[in-house]
Amino acid sequence: MAEAQERSRTIVVDDKIHTWPHLVRGEFLVTIFVMVAMTLWSLLVDAPLEEPANPARTPNPSKAPWYFLGLQEMLVYFDPWYAGVVLPTFIIIGLMVIPFIDINAKGNGYYTFKERKWEILTFVIGFHILWVVTIIIGTFFRGPGWNLFWPWQRWDPHKVVALTNVDLPYIVGLRDYWAQAGFGLFLVLLYYVVSTWLFYKWVIWIKGKEFMVRWGAVRFAITSFLFITMIGLPVKMFLRLVFNIKYIMVTPWLNI
Amino acid sequence: MINLEQIKKDIVESQVWKSIFRHGYEDTPRNRVLMVTGNVWMHLHPAKVRRHAVRMRFTWCMGGLTFLMFLLTVVTGIYLMFYYRPVPQYAYADMKYLEFDMPFGMLMRNMHRWAAHAMVIFVWLHMFRVFLTGSYKPPREFNWIVGVLLLVLTLLLSFTGYLLPWDQLAIWAVTVGSNMARATPLLGHEGPFAEFVGANPIYDARAFLFGGGDIGPHTLLRFYILHCIFIPLVASLLMAVHFWRIRRDGFSGPPL
Repeated sequence: MAEAQERSRTIVVDDKIHTWPHLVRGEFLVTIFVMVAMTLWSLLVDAPLEEPANPARTPNPSKAPWYFLGLQEMLVYFDPWYAGVVLPTFIIIGLMVIPFIDINAKGNGYYTFKERKWEILTFVIGFHILWVVTIIIGTFFRGPGWNLFWPWQRWDPHKVVALTNVDLPYIVGLRDYWAQAGFGLFLVLLYYVVSTWLFYKWVIWIKGKEFMVRWGAVRFAITSFLFITMIGLPVKMFLRLVFNIKYIMVTPWLNI
Repeated sequence: MINLEQIKKDIVESQVWKSIFRHGYEDTPRNRVLMVTGNVWMHLHPAKVRRHAVRMRFTWCMGGLTFLMFLLTVVTGIYLMFYYRPVPQYAYADMKYLEFDMPFGMLMRNMHRWAAHAMVIFVWLHMFRVFLTGSYKPPREFNWIVGVLLLVLTLLLSFTGYLLPWDQLAIWAVTVGSNMARATPLLGHEGPFAEFVGANPIYDARAFLFGGGDIGPHTLLRFYILHCIFIPLVASLLMAVHFWRIRRDGFSGPPL
């Protein structure tokens, strides 16, 4: 903030230029260029049209439109209520609260990595790594039965993949219904409590105590909850891929 | 001898001409401003902009190109609407008709589809650019929220349009995409706690979206109206707010 004010005192130049012609000219040229590109693309590549709709014949695999394949890929690791409804809601809310949880006054209106390292890294984890990579996996690496195939591999609809996933409470030896549910709930709560504590320590370590005071409890709570929830996805992916864990929490109503 | 100068003067100074064009074309600072403020379309811009804010390496042109893709889908979409009937008996046949019999039908359909895909990519890149330049920081927090809503609407526009060809790709992609809705906690019949609300296959969140328990004629009509009227209308209103707020809050850039 102080630096921004410092700047405002030192650099008082009117760097404004007329929209017409300077901006309009650029817009016009880019429009022409993009329209030519779109026309060529449309002349060369036809939009797909398959056989008529047939509700009685389900294709294998059935894929959602490509921009939703990240969500469909998440269905491998979480149940639909979470991967398809709760997480997307958190993504939208999370995007909306960004301007309010980011109180770093620096980096407003210019490119900088140094002044907003952690903010940018968080965005890259969420957008480039989790969202875009899952879309790429869902689009190019998933075949019949939603099994993994290399893009150059033939899709074998009879590929046999052993289902060896086990619930975590079962692995640790719990057989009782309620003990399993209680243990799972405990683990999920523990994940949030421990992660929140780690997040708190981490923020103080990289940003300092003074920042935490300015940031406030509400901003910290929202940010840490959303961040920990986001990191929950790669955590579950890791548990599934490495330890074949199906669910961490199993209850009659919902599983995580 | 025809006096061209005199004819030009007569036209340009006529009451009709002056009622349409309020200013001359001489390249004067006054006319440059009037070109923008005196024209409803150009009026989207401020009369003057910060020099760095029009640079392509700052904006990547992504916001403008997203809008261009929207306009392109509107124009090609209206063309397609002349030949398409949102009824299962006709929808697929109309697609074939469009592709093989209509002048420029295939080109318009290709352009509509590719522009829709491009719009999704451009809007994501626009969000990434705005994040990188910190352009959501005060005073532009609210416009970022409007932008997130527009991002969601872009995905919904694309998704609702996906069903309209009424081929295998369309109904199964939409089936997979919408199956999430039936897992909505409380409101979807397969979601957690649905039994407490009384959600069932023909009375839950997905049925509301589909207009019935399964994809059928009602769904096609519903998605058609959402795609052609409702969502474009809402998106247009939000775009008006989005563009207006850019002007009000100033094009982002380092503080002067």
